[in-house]
Amino acid sequence: MEALKEELKNKIITTLNLEDITLEDIHDNDPLFGDGLGLDSIDALELIVILDKDYGIKLVDPKEGKTIFQSIETMAAYIQANRTK
Amino acid sequence: MTPKKTYIHDYCTIENNEIVLNGTSIFKAEPTTFGDFSKQAYRNFDIQYPKFFKMDALSKLAFLGAELLLSPITSSEKENNIALILANNSSSLDTDVKYQESISDKENYFPSPAVFVYTLPNICLGEISIRHQLKSENSFFIFDAFNTEFMSHYANILLDSDKADSVLCGWVEFFDDNYKAFLCTISKEENTKYKNQTIKTLYNK
Repeated sequence: MEALKEELKNKIITTLNLEDITLEDIHDNDPLFGDGLGLDSIDALELIVILDKDYGIKLVDPKEGKTIFQSIETMAAYIQANRTK
Repeated sequence: MTPKKTYIHDYCTIENNEIVLNGTSIFKAEPTTFGDFSKQAYRNFDIQYPKFFKMDALSKLAFLGAELLLSPITSSEKENNIALILANNSSSLDTDVKYQESISDKENYFPSPAVFVYTLPNICLGEISIRHQLKSENSFFIFDAFNTEFMSHYANILLDSDKADSVLCGWVEFFDDNYKAFLCTISKEENTKYKNQTIKTLYNK
């Protein structure tokens, strides 16, 4: 689980071009949107692509994203329970 | 009614890893890619705007030029009625090609929303407008080459009809890491700095 969280942090920094953010800046329970990392709606779509491309998870209901993408912790837990690759 | 005279206030050129403001080189990098050059320029001018790193190359190019010209004259305290008129030759083709590459393999089909949103040239106008809180007129044109007469005429119409207090206009061309930006600000406020110059003569300097 810890390895997956670190992998996710790296993917988010690289894919979302978070130039000034380091791994240490992202805490497991920090909100990814709003006051946390400050991601926007396009970033949310990119996270959905990461789930599909890297973990074989297709989100049928985009509203699910609100719960899944709350933090690195929630995202990692969802991936661990639902990944197909 | 005789149109009131308009004046060029400031201009900026970005090409060959160098930024020139009002005829003076203010930043130059060793030969490198535009991605690296633009990042160095962002750091050099101590710009605090992380969204810059999410932009495509055309928007970064337009953003950097606009940043140097508009930051000194805009304020978050008041409405900034500055129109934007930009043009280029390649439209958003550089990003269009990147996007097309991301969807060309049916077995590996993962289109990127973050790339897709930049597959229009006028997005760079939106980026500048968001940064400087502009709600004014903006237009983006595709020309074979920089049509300075058209640009000058359009700017004068906007200023004469009081549609804008100032106009930021110019050329922002980017394709396959070849780029040139020329931007200038024009208004009715008298300025003798470039009284014998036109957009054309400054662009060709």
